[in-house]
Amino acid sequence: MFHSLGRYILLLRLSFQRPEKFKVYWAEVMHEMVSVGVGSLGIISIISLFIGAATTIQVAFQLSSPLVPRSIAGSIARDSNILEFSPTISSLVLAGRVGSSIASQIGTMRVTEQIDALEIMGVNAPGYLIAPKIIAGVTMVPLLVIVAITLGLTGGYIACILSGDVTPADYLAGVHDGFDGLTVRVALVKAVVFGFIIASICAYQGFYTSGGALEVGQSATRGVVFSCVMILFADLVITRLML
Amino acid sequence: MIEISDIHKTFGDNEVLKGISADFKPGKNNLIIGGSGSGKTTLLKCIVGLHEPSEGKVFYDSECFTTMDFRERVPIRKQIGMLFQNSALFDSMTVEENIMFPLNLFTNMPNSEKLDRANFCLEKVNLVGKNKLYPSELSGGMKKRVGIARAISMQPKYLFVDEPNSGLDPLTSILIDNLINEITEEFNTTTVIVTHDMNSVMGIGDHVLFLNNGEKWWEGTKEQIAHTDNKELNEFVFASKFMRAARAKL
Repeated sequence: MFHSLGRYILLLRLSFQRPEKFKVYWAEVMHEMVSVGVGSLGIISIISLFIGAATTIQVAFQLSSPLVPRSIAGSIARDSNILEFSPTISSLVLAGRVGSSIASQIGTMRVTEQIDALEIMGVNAPGYLIAPKIIAGVTMVPLLVIVAITLGLTGGYIACILSGDVTPADYLAGVHDGFDGLTVRVALVKAVVFGFIIASICAYQGFYTSGGALEVGQSATRGVVFSCVMILFADLVITRLML
Repeated sequence: MIEISDIHKTFGDNEVLKGISADFKPGKNNLIIGGSGSGKTTLLKCIVGLHEPSEGKVFYDSECFTTMDFRERVPIRKQIGMLFQNSALFDSMTVEENIMFPLNLFTNMPNSEKLDRANFCLEKVNLVGKNKLYPSELSGGMKKRVGIARAISMQPKYLFVDEPNSGLDPLTSILIDNLINEITEEFNTTTVIVTHDMNSVMGIGDHVLFLNNGEKWWEGTKEQIAHTDNKELNEFVFASKFMRAARAKL
C-alpha cells in the first residue's frame, strides 16, 4: 500500500513538471475539458433531474404532518441536493463515466507502447497525459455540480407540479427560506476534491498497466472502485471539517 | 556512435542480460538477432532508456546516457527516432498529426514548414496523400511506414527499430527493410534493428550481434555469418531448409 502511495505521489510530481511547450499542453487541456465537461453533461442532467424529483417526493412523504409546514420539504430537498446528492452522486457517476475512460485510455496507450513512444521522443509522458486530465477534472466537475444543483432543484419543482404532494409555491418558499451560502461553498470544495480524485487515481491506474486488453479492463475497474471509495471518504472528511 | 558497456538487466531473480558490450556504428544497419527470450528487445530498451540497466553503461557519442536524469536526456532523445514493433502510433491523431507531433513539441517551425516536413517524410515512405487517415484505417505495413515517417521527422542521428517485419508479408517486409536501409544511408543514421527475420539479416545486416540466453554469442557481418562455425548461430540462422540451400550456393 505504501509502495503504491509513494508511486502515486511521484507520478503526480512528474505530472506537474514544466511542460515542453505550453501551447501544445493547453490544447490538450481544452480537449480534456470538452471531453469531461460537455461529454458528461447529458448523464449529469438526467440523474440530477430524477434525484431532485425523487428527493422532494420522499421528503414530502416523510413530513406529511399537519404540524410541519409544507414548505420545509423544499428546504430539506434543497440542502440534501446541494450538500450531498449533487456533488457526491454526480461524482460517483463521473467516476464511472470519466474515470474508466481515463484509466482505459492511458492503459491502452501503455500496453500499445504509445507511452514508450512519448518517452523516446523526450516528452514527459505523465505531464502530457495526466496533468491535462487533472486540470479538466478540477475545473469541470465543479461546473457540472453547479448544473446538477440547478437541475436537481428544477426536478424537485417539476415533481411538485406533477405529484401535487407539495404545492410549487410552498416548494419555492422552502427553497428560498434560510438559504446559507456555505452549503454551496461546501459543494464546490467537494467537487474540486472529487474531480482531482477521479482524474488522478484513474490516471495512475492506467499509467501503471502492464499486460494486454484484460489488464486494461482491470485497471479501469480498479480506478473506478478506488475513486468511489476515496470520494466517499473525502466526502466524510470535508463534511466534518466544513460544517 | 553508440557504445554499450557490460550491460546487465535483471527482473526479480531473472537475469535477462548478462554483461553485453558492443559498438554500433554510424551510417550502418546494426542488427541484434537471437531467438525468442534471448534479450534482444530488453537490450534495445536499455539502450534507449526505456529500461534502466541493472549494471553497465550506454554512451551516445561518448556521453554517458545511463547516468543522466530525464531532463539531461532530452537533447539526446531529440536525436533518437524509434519504430516500435506495433508501430505505437497515437490512435487519436491522424497520420499527419502523428508525424508533426514531435515537431510541434520541440521546434518553433511555422505550420507550413511542419506540413512540408510531414509531406517529405510521407513521400520517403511512399504514403503521399494519406495525411488525414487515422491509424485504425491503415494496414499493418502502412502503420510501420507511418511509424518510420514519424521516427525520421526530427531527422534523427540514431534510429532504433524493433521487429520491423513482424506480422508483415514477405514483399512488405522487403519494402520496409529497403526503406530502413535507404534512410540509414541517406541520413547517415546509426541504425539499430532488433529482428529474427533472416531475410533482413542477409539483406541489410552491415553489423550483426547475435544474442543467446542473454549473452553476446557472436558479432560480425552478414558475409561472415555464412562461413561461421559458431554452433548456436548456425542453428539459429540456418534453421530453415531455404537458408541452408542458400548457404550451399554461396
